[in-house]
Amino acid sequence: MINASLSELALALARKEISSGELTRVFLARAQAAGNLNAFITLDAERSLAQAAAADARIAAGTAGPLTGIPIAHKDIFCARGWRTTCGSRMLSNFVAPYDAHVIERFNEAGAVILGKTNMDEFAMGSSNENSFFGPVRNPWDRDAVPGGSSGGSAAAVAARLAPAATGTDTGGSIRQPAALCGVSGLKPTYGLVSRYGMIAYASSLDQGGPMARSAADLALLLNTMVGFDARDSTSLRRAEEDYTRELERPLAGLRIGLPREYFGEGLSDDVARAVDAAMGQLRQLGCQVVDVALPNTRLSIPAYYVLAPAEASSNLARYDGVRYGHRAAEYADLRDMYMKTRAEGFGAEVQRRILVGTYVLSHGYYDAYYVQAQKIRRLIAQDFAAAFEQCDLIAGPTSPSVAFDIGAKSQDPVQMYLSDIYTIAVNLAGLPGMSIPCGFGERARPVGLQLIGNYFAEARMLNVAHRFQRATDWHQRSPAEGART
Amino acid sequence: MTWEVVIGLETHAQLSTASKIFSGASTAFGAPPNTQASAVDIALPGVLPVANRGAVERAIRFGLAVGGRIHERSIFARKNYFYPDLPKGYQISQYEQPIVTGGTIRIALGEREKLVRLTRAHLEEDAGKSLHEDFHGMSGIDLNRAGTPLLEIVTEPDLNSAEEAVAYARTLHALVRWIGICDGNMQEGSFRCDANVSIRRPGAALGTRCEVKNLNSFRFLERAIQFEVARQREILEDGGYIVQETRLYDPDRDETRSMRSKEDAQDYRYFPDPDLLPLAVGPEWIGEVERAMPELPEVRRARFMRQYDLSPYDAGVLTAGREISDYFDALAGHLPPQHAKLAANWVMGEVAARLNRDGLDFEQVPLSGSALAGLLARIADGTLSGKMAKEVFEAMWTGGGSAEQIIEVRGLRQISDSGALEQLVAEVVQANPAQAAEYRSGKEKAFNFLVGQCMKASKGKANPAQLSEILKKTLGS
Repeated sequence: MINASLSELALALARKEISSGELTRVFLARAQAAGNLNAFITLDAERSLAQAAAADARIAAGTAGPLTGIPIAHKDIFCARGWRTTCGSRMLSNFVAPYDAHVIERFNEAGAVILGKTNMDEFAMGSSNENSFFGPVRNPWDRDAVPGGSSGGSAAAVAARLAPAATGTDTGGSIRQPAALCGVSGLKPTYGLVSRYGMIAYASSLDQGGPMARSAADLALLLNTMVGFDARDSTSLRRAEEDYTRELERPLAGLRIGLPREYFGEGLSDDVARAVDAAMGQLRQLGCQVVDVALPNTRLSIPAYYVLAPAEASSNLARYDGVRYGHRAAEYADLRDMYMKTRAEGFGAEVQRRILVGTYVLSHGYYDAYYVQAQKIRRLIAQDFAAAFEQCDLIAGPTSPSVAFDIGAKSQDPVQMYLSDIYTIAVNLAGLPGMSIPCGFGERARPVGLQLIGNYFAEARMLNVAHRFQRATDWHQRSPAEGART
Repeated sequence: MTWEVVIGLETHAQLSTASKIFSGASTAFGAPPNTQASAVDIALPGVLPVANRGAVERAIRFGLAVGGRIHERSIFARKNYFYPDLPKGYQISQYEQPIVTGGTIRIALGEREKLVRLTRAHLEEDAGKSLHEDFHGMSGIDLNRAGTPLLEIVTEPDLNSAEEAVAYARTLHALVRWIGICDGNMQEGSFRCDANVSIRRPGAALGTRCEVKNLNSFRFLERAIQFEVARQREILEDGGYIVQETRLYDPDRDETRSMRSKEDAQDYRYFPDPDLLPLAVGPEWIGEVERAMPELPEVRRARFMRQYDLSPYDAGVLTAGREISDYFDALAGHLPPQHAKLAANWVMGEVAARLNRDGLDFEQVPLSGSALAGLLARIADGTLSGKMAKEVFEAMWTGGGSAEQIIEVRGLRQISDSGALEQLVAEVVQANPAQAAEYRSGKEKAFNFLVGQCMKASKGKANPAQLSEILKKTLGS
């Protein structure tokens, strides 16, 4: 049961082989037992089981949809009514959301069960999940390794079979990189497809919610629920409804896959390169044609990102001032002192660093030199992709330059940490969809992820490639419990 | 030596939308604290702003009314600063690319007119309110006002006296009410001005300015500028210099006080709000708004002069506000053109005075224009004397029915039948031979006595002009 796909679970529920209540208890028990992974910040069995009971009633009434009764773990960045929603921060450690995010509403309408709220880097800032106020998440494949970040709790929960599926958010790789490091599948949709309403903002122009699961087919089902226009998010796109499962089985013959040479140069570790090369061989066998493409401005994506994202974050996080909700310092001399103590206590080091950087780059006299320049780079990067997509249908490459690193290995060196997002950040800057699927194992039997990047709204085709790849391979079915079997 | 005063005004006009500029919460004034603050207004984690179409539409209306340029693309920016009544830690405003630039407002200064150039008008949200009393060493925060839509209207430094500034503010106030974008309620803060004031020697470069904030009455605006001009003049004439700063006007002490100097000025770190797309206002939308625009006061004033043959002064008074103007227009429309002056006199005289007595304004006149036209027609055709008309008017005002009904019921029809009047005059002359003789011997006073007697005999209903004529004829024969 714990290895079943979402459609298998739906079938079992429909056939009354298991109830949603039983299914939810199974995963709650696994999540509680795996406390040392620290994948969850909040579990609330009572709430989850109440939803499961409602789902069972719906199944009995014959009004169930494909996700009704299936427990799903949500990154603790999504507000869910009545659930503590912390964003991995001390600042919101006491915040109980009074409303549902659009994504949560959609899952609730679908009859899915909220299994719990997963651990994450504080305010989604980080690539290792070491920046959580609630402590680091451990990688189920190797507990000395990080799970990646910022959606590390969701990735670890899916990998360790603590949840059949999860949600994440991706601002610079925060779905794809932990998916790669934990050996699961994750997809960041085209910017604007998933409403950001109720998804706590880090960098508004880059943030995008998406699904994390064990297969492309599962991602497609989840995406069907997550995507949809929402008038409460001005950047939400109004498009005709799409069935993301519709192209899963389409043959790949003639599909042109572009390999950006910049993704295979210096900085890419050999083990990852080998696994990705092997995956490309597999795709060729499936009929894909592999072509070289160039993304010359890739190297500029990290500096541009570390101007734009902190700039937006410095403003987005100004609301956490201790006045209305969240943490407030116990003692203070005056208003200014209250602000300073509240924010110094409430935010961790990485969040403070990015607020400082963001405040600096927006300051008078620096705005043009940093923010405006970074926006120009952003346009150049989007142009790179546009040119590449004239030569290919999809772009493929590594998700992360290395397999999961050890906990503590990069936490004292922010720049090294930032460089681990070199292959993912440009996708956010361009607003394109990107995904990561397992494609093998590298050093110390840690998982390697293959990244697929599509043109705008190419999600169905990306899922198609990923699904055909997964039908031909079994990397995505490997479980940490049985080991890598490389 | 003379000084030239240079003033630029920034006016915040609260737009009359039912809901806030970026949330669905109500904008109604006076609700208990924090009962009109939605999740968006409180800035809960994860909430997002959505621009209110009605607020944008009102900005377009303003742009059209002042002949400004309405930009097809404008940008909402974040103005970042910390304050407890600013929930997000930033105010959403428009900075580098406002929705309206340019345009002019014509002001009248006695016989003189002046064209005041506008720099820009941009959309922004209001902050909440900090309440420093009543909380014993703490401050209360009321977020009902947070997110209220504002249009900030900025002039060029074209105003040269407190008088001009007030004339501009009054004209702008009338205009925003006229085009229905702001209720203009100054007590509730719906219309408030900041004045940038400097002085210089004629011909010299602009002097250093001070900004006096939050002037919410025309009187305060006038007094604050007068005080500020006198203060700056005294400093400069003593050989000192002006420090650029923001000042507050204290109406109780009738003075301005320093709030913060330029050195303390905050760096607001403006940048485009990534939660809001660039505001797109296409020509179709502008055309739609334009077609629904009311006739503007200047255009209507010219029409009143042309159509009703009114003097510039009367036309000015009758276009000072939308309500009085619409009322007059409806009234005059029910009368032949030659009676428009009578209508103007009644609107500016009797109707205005009666409203004033009841503490009402022209929106609340209990008599429709057509009802009042019924009364004025009876004056024009000689049925009613002025005095009788006032009696009928009063009865109509208090719900006594139409002019015709009241005239009928009270028997207020003026006697204009010359046969009846001739008989009445003959009787009075016969009854007062001494006075008749006096008049004939040249004593004019006796005539007035006889008119009075005739009026008395007619119970006040005799048509005075006709009566006088007949009396003269009778006595002369």
